Amino acid sequence: MSLPASDRKGAGEDTRRDDDILVVRNLSKHFEVSGGFLGGRHGVVKAVDGVSFSIRRGETLGLVGESGCGKTTTGRCVLQLEKPTSGSIFFEGKDLSTASPAELRAVRRKMQVIFQDPYSSLNPRMTVGQIIAEPLAVHGIVTERVAREARVRELLGHAGLLPTMARRYPHELSGGQRQRVGIARALAMQPALIVCDEPVSALDVSIQAQIINLLEELQSNFGLTYLFVAHDLSVVRHISDRVAVMYLGKIVELTDRQSLYENPQHPYTKALLSAVPIPDPAVELTRERTVLGGEVPSPLNPPAGCVFHPRCPIAIEDCKAGVPELRSIKPGHLAACIRV
Amino acid sequence: MERGGDVLLEVKNLQTQFATSSGVVRAVDGVSWDVRTGETVALVGESGCGKSVSALSIMRLVSAPAGRIVGGEILFKGRDLLRLSDAEMRHVRGREIGMIFQEPMTSLNPVLTVGRQLTEPPEIHLGMTPAQSRARALELLGMVGISDPERRLQQYPHQFSGGMRQRMMIAMAMTCSPSLILADEPTTALDVTIQAQILELMKGLSRKLGVAMVMITHNLGVVARYADRVNVMYAGRIVERATAAEIYANPRHPYTLGLLRSVPRLDEPRRAKLLPIQGQPPDLSRLPTGCAFQPRCQFAVERCLREAPGLAAVKEGHVSACWVSSELGQRATA
Repeated sequence: MSLPASDRKGAGEDTRRDDDILVVRNLSKHFEVSGGFLGGRHGVVKAVDGVSFSIRRGETLGLVGESGCGKTTTGRCVLQLEKPTSGSIFFEGKDLSTASPAELRAVRRKMQVIFQDPYSSLNPRMTVGQIIAEPLAVHGIVTERVAREARVRELLGHAGLLPTMARRYPHELSGGQRQRVGIARALAMQPALIVCDEPVSALDVSIQAQIINLLEELQSNFGLTYLFVAHDLSVVRHISDRVAVMYLGKIVELTDRQSLYENPQHPYTKALLSAVPIPDPAVELTRERTVLGGEVPSPLNPPAGCVFHPRCPIAIEDCKAGVPELRSIKPGHLAACIRV
Repeated sequence: MERGGDVLLEVKNLQTQFATSSGVVRAVDGVSWDVRTGETVALVGESGCGKSVSALSIMRLVSAPAGRIVGGEILFKGRDLLRLSDAEMRHVRGREIGMIFQEPMTSLNPVLTVGRQLTEPPEIHLGMTPAQSRARALELLGMVGISDPERRLQQYPHQFSGGMRQRMMIAMAMTCSPSLILADEPTTALDVTIQAQILELMKGLSRKLGVAMVMITHNLGVVARYADRVNVMYAGRIVERATAAEIYANPRHPYTLGLLRSVPRLDEPRRAKLLPIQGQPPDLSRLPTGCAFQPRCQFAVERCLREAPGLAAVKEGHVSACWVSSELGQRATA
């Protein structure tokens, strides 16, 4: 089952391509909250609010934004770890909201995740070998024990770890080694898509580059597709083919890497890029920067109109009136701002 | 860019150790550095390099009995802080040296109002009356850019956002007009746009009030923008020190060079591949003989396996602890 042609266009959507592995259409995830100690006020947090994008097979889409922008929730909806409030997610052409439990199990094998914190995502009572072997056994992929051990050794090798690591426990490993175990476990399912949720932000600087290089090698060796969720704009630029910038539950800009970093259009993207300090004092001395005033508003009570207008350096009166559509401003470049 | 005049803080051969189940860990292992009045000095390095323990040692907040300062001197305005009585030390903390921690929520008292936490230090240290200290608190909240300070004084820390809590931490550190502030990863827990606000605020206050600052961070970008001088730490020791401009333009320790090369930079064309430092961060309870960085160093020679190098001048105001630092300089210029 593939997408009907009539579904392939629409306002604020990413351009469709035939080899899309993942298509997310108008995805929303709202959480009900009862605020206050005694559950006084109630409200709805629109963590993800009408987000659309697609990822081509073999591509890396970077999803960037600050905490609370909805990037992690978007990833969790894609993984079926959260049930979307509305909208649809197509994986390899199949609408996951109408998929049967058996079909979903098959899809889950093909979509894996690498978490931010390699300390809390590995079971401390299991050896590295057991951690990687478990999904192989549970899903009945390698049923025979000796063959499973051989497969574990192979997977450790793919992740750049020695076979002897299989006998170690997570607490004996460094942060970088633990993240490699997480990667080996994700690879065990021979996934097509991996959601990488801040995979390097908990690691030391010298180790981050090792893991990024590893992810890139694996992508080219196994034809993997990545949804790369992160807040570090330099890392996202390095690894992504295309980048979506999120703010308060919405995508505000979406385009290829080069356009985004060399010719950003949305004022929020511009401010984000200018806030990243460059590790070179000579560059920093002469660099112009826009320091955004204010803070990200509460998602419980977002501003009317464009959610970015209270902090926006170029906002006009009209920005308070309507929510700007994510629209094409040039081929392959979408931005949600009436001022561009 | 040399800023500041007289030496305000001088750390001499500081040694801080922790007793652990796997033996004694030398978290800070014979480290010497200084801060002049009004300047910003960075301690840079990765987790476990000893940068935070250095700051805690200065404040004498290393948790006993596991942690102990076993040697060295910490001269602040000429007085050795390690020889002060506990009462004298309490006077130094807060009044003369302020401290800003990484995670404001864990360093603020959740059951006291913001107002009480800001008024207590000047009442204790400066003998202010409640009316005076309240005026001071209002002034400080305004200074760090918290709007509606009258109302904010009645609130509790949990009612503040992360950025506002860090502003409050800065206000608390400034209450008694200290001459030195130790900032331990002050913006690591914050989003990048808020990080920019807080750093600009700290830089502005430090310039305006002439407060010296020790900035402890792993973020090389933050250091480049805000530090006058930089100390790079690895495995409990300083491996390189120079002005910020010098250390970025002319790194002379393989670890510094590796750190600078491993981060992708937004101002440079995208590289096909990143150049990581190989290997794992050091395990302080099992350090190799010779230079601690030697197992990960692409420039290591035979001597590095046997003898640990000490800091030696590579040029005026620039020291590096490496046997091949002169060769590194030639490579860089070649």
